[in-house]
Amino acid sequence: MRKPVATFWVNAALLTGAIVTAFPLVWMISVSFMPTGAAGHYPPPMLPSEPTLDNYRQMFAKHSAGRYMFNSAFVATCVTLISLCFNTMAGYAFAKLRFRGREWLFRAMLGALVIPGQVAMIPLFALVKELGLVSSYGGVIVPAMASIFGIFLVRQYALSIPEDLLEAARIDGASEWRIFRSIVVPLLKPILITLGILTFLGTWNDFMWPLIVLSSQKLYTLPVALAGLSREYVQDNELMMAGAVITTVPVLVLFLALQRYYIAGILAGSVKG
Amino acid sequence: MKVARAGWWFVAPALMVLAVFFFIPVLAAFAMSLTDFDLYALADYDNLRFVGFHNYVTLLTQPLFWKALGNTFYFVILGVPLSLGASLGAALLVNSKLARFKNVYRTIYFAPVVTTMVAVAVVWRYIFHTRYGFLNYVLGWFGIDPIDWMGDPHWSMPAIVILAIWKNFGYNMIILLAALQSIPEDLYEAARIDGASGWQLFRHVTLPGLAPVLLLVSILTMTGYFQLFAEPYVMTEGGPLQSTLSVLYFMYEEGFKWWSLGRASAVAFLLFVLMFAITLLQLRLARRQVNA
Repeated sequence: MRKPVATFWVNAALLTGAIVTAFPLVWMISVSFMPTGAAGHYPPPMLPSEPTLDNYRQMFAKHSAGRYMFNSAFVATCVTLISLCFNTMAGYAFAKLRFRGREWLFRAMLGALVIPGQVAMIPLFALVKELGLVSSYGGVIVPAMASIFGIFLVRQYALSIPEDLLEAARIDGASEWRIFRSIVVPLLKPILITLGILTFLGTWNDFMWPLIVLSSQKLYTLPVALAGLSREYVQDNELMMAGAVITTVPVLVLFLALQRYYIAGILAGSVKG
Repeated sequence: MKVARAGWWFVAPALMVLAVFFFIPVLAAFAMSLTDFDLYALADYDNLRFVGFHNYVTLLTQPLFWKALGNTFYFVILGVPLSLGASLGAALLVNSKLARFKNVYRTIYFAPVVTTMVAVAVVWRYIFHTRYGFLNYVLGWFGIDPIDWMGDPHWSMPAIVILAIWKNFGYNMIILLAALQSIPEDLYEAARIDGASGWQLFRHVTLPGLAPVLLLVSILTMTGYFQLFAEPYVMTEGGPLQSTLSVLYFMYEEGFKWWSLGRASAVAFLLFVLMFAITLLQLRLARRQVNA
């Protein structure tokens, strides 16, 4: 193929792919501004002829979307902060603090990565119930306070911290905790941002466990609430699109703002793993 | 040793959480699958009885379980190759020297990965709508009659596969893109000097260079797809005629609708064993191919 022709086809394919990929999200936003019933026409309308905020008003006023949004944000923030703290400490120790049983322990943890979380889910429910955490924020937050993947990610990054730096601080008499706080954490900053975003988005989007453990409606996270509403309001497409926008646009914006870190995390987590 | 003691202190919080909320529950899952754990046992453990492999026998003689297993396999066998194909195609295009605005396309292709599954399932349910959905409208341009995506048991699972491809292909694309960029340019140069065509370059330079990463992403994608749950929960509730009932959905209903937690544990355990066995099989096949 001659070069200009090939260039045309490659770029045409890319553009087509982009349109197909972006379309559902763009249409979701467009339909969410249509008045009730406007989307139930053939051919499907592309843009709202009379844009309205009614669906959003209804989502917040009648279906307490604000409450669910708070729940999602609160749970995701708590999980992110606590697990970031625990995973960073453990990841650093696995990389830099030699203690007996370390290699063995680390290998056992890596092996456990193949076990899907759902295997633990049913006994976990019984346990969480024993602890009195069913239908509380704690039921979602507490089991997520540490993750093997997070420890692994931090460890891989922490391996590159120069040993001399830590030794010098030790000779100066700094405690291990002090070294961690004032030398290690600043050095780990890029990977902490990455892990923080991955954790926040993962928790925000999580569905099955919150569905199981949050039985009271006022604690529902956005995905759980939206799944319930979507069964109830099957016909009201415009309202459901507003609900989908409220649920997914916050994480999309967060991703767009910090995508460099997010993609770095995926590459570090899978290629080296 | 001060450092060693500090090491233990540093890993202790994370290890405690993992032990209590992951490792012990995993072991307990097997123990629980050998009991008749139900709502009464949940209230008072005195009501718990050991039943041996009874739950497994019940499951393996229950047509609905086989149906769920078959559906899940169908989803995996159809979905994984198509997803990988889409990822590879997108990665090759974005990586092409002829492509412009690469970063923009990369971001757009990746965006569905970060969206909330439940939300996009709601959106796609509308796109698949028989009368007002956009997909049937587009198919109409090509003279194809409307398909009852969510109502016809033959089309419900393919519909979910389409959603899964759209949602996930960007993830593997990113990984494959990195792998493509790590194939040395010299290899292409040398092959070109030898007179290799575009297809031959792809077949004999690109694909072998990607092989280890392709194996990795195929295993990751497969294990992810075996955990199908939110899509049928939102789009079809497992229907029509149980055509989209997945193993995890079956587990969810056994456990949290009928409260047969013992049997639900057995389902979870069977799924895990199955996934593990298939992963090993894939690794072994790959190794044989490398040796051959």
